[in-house]
Amino acid sequence: MPGGFFQQRYAPAAVGLGSLVLFFVFLEILIQTNLISRFIVPPPSEILESFERIIVEEGVIGRFFFTAQECLIASAMLIVFGIAGGVIIERYNLLRRACETWVAAAAAAPVVLAYPLFMVIFGRNMWTIIMMGFVAALPPVILKTIEGIAGTRKVLLNVGRSFNLTPMQMFWKIQFPAALPTIFTGVRLGLIFALINVVGVEFLINFGGLGQLINELAERYDLGGTYAAICFVILVSVLFFMSIEKAERWLIPVD
Amino acid sequence: MADTGRLTRTAAPASSVGPVTLLRIAIVLITLVIWEVLARSGWLYRDVVPSLLSIGAALFDLLSTPDYYRHLAVTAGEIAVAMMIGGLAGMVVGIVLGANRFLSKAYEAFLYYLGPTPKIIFFPIMIMWFGVGPGSKIALGTLSCFFPVALSVAAGMRQIDKVLIRVGRSFRASTWQMVVKIYLPAMRHPIINGLRIGFGVALIGTLLAETKLSNQGIGYLIIQAYAIFDMPRMYANLIVLFVLAIGVNALIGKAGGLDSVRGR
Repeated sequence: MPGGFFQQRYAPAAVGLGSLVLFFVFLEILIQTNLISRFIVPPPSEILESFERIIVEEGVIGRFFFTAQECLIASAMLIVFGIAGGVIIERYNLLRRACETWVAAAAAAPVVLAYPLFMVIFGRNMWTIIMMGFVAALPPVILKTIEGIAGTRKVLLNVGRSFNLTPMQMFWKIQFPAALPTIFTGVRLGLIFALINVVGVEFLINFGGLGQLINELAERYDLGGTYAAICFVILVSVLFFMSIEKAERWLIPVD
Repeated sequence: MADTGRLTRTAAPASSVGPVTLLRIAIVLITLVIWEVLARSGWLYRDVVPSLLSIGAALFDLLSTPDYYRHLAVTAGEIAVAMMIGGLAGMVVGIVLGANRFLSKAYEAFLYYLGPTPKIIFFPIMIMWFGVGPGSKIALGTLSCFFPVALSVAAGMRQIDKVLIRVGRSFRASTWQMVVKIYLPAMRHPIINGLRIGFGVALIGTLLAETKLSNQGIGYLIIQAYAIFDMPRMYANLIVLFVLAIGVNALIGKAGGLDSVRGR
């Protein structure tokens, strides 16, 4: 049975990782035998070697912290203004009915395309990147906050009323804690959007941390470095998503 | 009863100009007034907030220029091809992963974690692979569109009522028949939802690629307006783009019988 359990649990993951390794080995062979031009796709071994170079020469760690700083500021603004906006809209029924559809429509709009406009307003600096990350990620936080607070179970509200809680107490002691898991789902979505937009705008305006590094390496036609930098960004994104997913699971109570 | 229904229906338009509509009109009016005051005050850098009149004129100018529709057609064509390739590939992969638990456990994590990574960073690779023309923009749109469709379809496959699958099998349906007669109709909503999200990200991917390196398309027009500092024209381009994006998004949702805004 333990063998069966092991097989059931780890065999798919082993197959997944094994296929990935096989893919890279196959790619290496195709490139080394000139079936794929190394001037279009560098061999995976060269990409691996470039990792050391981008860490030592291109200061990828410093760039990572620059991007992280931008994400952190955008996230802090997102949490403060997104949740506050959601609470205010939910609090006034008329305002909610008037604005919720607009916020949802804004979530469907390609806001990031307004980055040239933000460059005119804020200049070509980190604030353009931060504000772009913030604005593009705002709608899901607002929508999920509204959903969370409006979805507070009636029984909890009745308990609050039976204790004669003031509206303020009702909000802080009942509605907000009950809405926290849903709000966090919105914050998680918002953080993902913010990261995507921050790195994307860095790449587009050639300023900042990791996004700019990819752009610079591509402009220098440093293929190994470009691929290694892209792999680094993917790695950072995956680790980021995994950690906020873990945080969300920790926050949501088990039924 | 029938009369009551008719009465209710005829009464509806009158009640629709209720407090919600009034508040919406008030918000729009207040925003426009604040905008115009800011534009005329000179408090902000000149042209960052152009007057509504100049934006309106730019909008009219944009929509009455035949060349704009050529650029719009280029972008629409790129997005359509990207949706076709990415959507189809996503659907096939989603069906395979959704139908097989082992494959899903082996590979779906890759899709799940790669899905939300910023796709624009792959643009240098796409240029190397597909050149500087529309090919690289289509490729980026395809890559963007593939992940949400695949993930949505895989999740939809797992939610199909087991009874429907057993019915198909009891009729000895072939794999193709199972896909066409059981899986796809039962997954209409997840597919449409995936396509809707896929459309949004394909649009963003394609347009961002156009702003980075292109000589045609809406993304090119936006970055051109920035380059010559023609702010009213940039606002006009963004307004038309947002309206089109929201409209198509709502249309895809409506076509699939989904609530166009809440589903996201």
